[in-house]
Amino acid sequence: MSDYKRIKTPLTDEVVLDLRVGDRVLITGYLYTARDSAHKRLFELIEKGEPLPIDIQGQIIYYVGPAPAKPGHVIGSAGPTTSYRMDKYTPKLHELGLKGSIGKGQRGPEVREALKKYKAVYFVAVGGAGALLARSIKSVEPVAYEDLGPESIKRLYVEEFPVIVANDAHGGDIFEEEKKKYRKAK
Amino acid sequence: MREIPFEDIVEAVKEMAIVSNSILPPEMYDALKKTYEEEESPVGKEVLSQILKNDEIAKEEMMPICQDTGIAVLFVEVGEEVRVKGGSLKDALTEGVRRGYIDGYLRKSVVKDPLRRVNTGDNTPAIIHFDIVPGDRLKIRFAPKGGGSENMSVARLFAPAIGREGIIDFVVDTVDKAGGNPCPPIVIGVGIGGNFEMSAIIAKKALLRKVGERHPDPYYAEMEEEILRRVNELGIGPMGLGGRITALDVHIETYPCHIASLPVAVNIQCHANRHMEREL
Repeated sequence: MSDYKRIKTPLTDEVVLDLRVGDRVLITGYLYTARDSAHKRLFELIEKGEPLPIDIQGQIIYYVGPAPAKPGHVIGSAGPTTSYRMDKYTPKLHELGLKGSIGKGQRGPEVREALKKYKAVYFVAVGGAGALLARSIKSVEPVAYEDLGPESIKRLYVEEFPVIVANDAHGGDIFEEEKKKYRKAK
Repeated sequence: MREIPFEDIVEAVKEMAIVSNSILPPEMYDALKKTYEEEESPVGKEVLSQILKNDEIAKEEMMPICQDTGIAVLFVEVGEEVRVKGGSLKDALTEGVRRGYIDGYLRKSVVKDPLRRVNTGDNTPAIIHFDIVPGDRLKIRFAPKGGGSENMSVARLFAPAIGREGIIDFVVDTVDKAGGNPCPPIVIGVGIGGNFEMSAIIAKKALLRKVGERHPDPYYAEMEEEILRRVNELGIGPMGLGGRITALDVHIETYPCHIASLPVAVNIQCHANRHMEREL
């Protein structure tokens, strides 16, 4: 396999366009956490034309609801949740400047289209590898919606957080491309 | 009558919640290790190596394998000659779950109402299946079940004419549609027979069987092997990123059913296949 590409947040068009399906990437910088309920709230604000509690320009949203931190730890297990549940909201966020998301599993056609149109990228992290991924998370700050508990929006500082490019800004899709190579069934 | 103190049950359940979420059953870890050798896809191999490393870190640090520490599912066999001293059995089980999830720093993933969605804050209530059996023992099987794989599970009521081949196609198709969402390599629980609710309950129960163990009836053991072979021809691979290993095992459970019906439920379990049991 190819070597890792190292990138820093916030992402620029140039960085995004250089990423290709299957690339193994190490991210350093800030990530924002948001999953089902936080997306719903962000979307309600967008529909009302009100400002968001986070500036998403060039940023990456990580779909995660971490486990609580044990004493002496920054965070508990923190692996990705399944991304398709956020598909309804993602194109709009890319339109507003979001450059990437991290989750697990396939995205719908509307998201793949938005990645091309707005020059953005979808990464996957290994689902169920929450203890391993927590080691790359160096700090956690609450940002919004603390009443949502594990679903609140937090700002994470990560160092060399390991992900794989699943959908790039050029229309590539790792799931379809790789499955074909190993599929024997009709 | 044999009396079991309320607190003993609470402590047992609390410990099961914490331990099962941090340490994978040994045969499951071994099965994952074996697939690492077998997987041909380089991306698949990378994913499997991260999964194995994660499972080792979780065990070493006693932290959850996955942040989704699930809704707690308990199968409880209550001996007819058992009595709980100092409270009710259901309260003891629930209190054990509460303390396990709070004291063990496990994620609270339960909302009080399915539509209004306010978190209960202590991961209760659990989903508890009781069975009354002869004897004076209390057997508790504990399985935290995550949302990602549960969401890809399906139950259908077929006409009996669908037969063996039709059921196999249905299971394979369910896994194919799920793709990478349920965190493969998965374990597949298949409940065949019973009625609407029983098919789903036995599909869940099937997941508690040890990976690698076949159905005692050769007819169903062979069917399990055939489904496993076909699922691993789908190319989905670890985390859906392509490869030979999509499932580690298939477990079928059956129950008698009505002459008009053939219910089939497919319950999918992610690679964090967590469960343990205690007898009191």
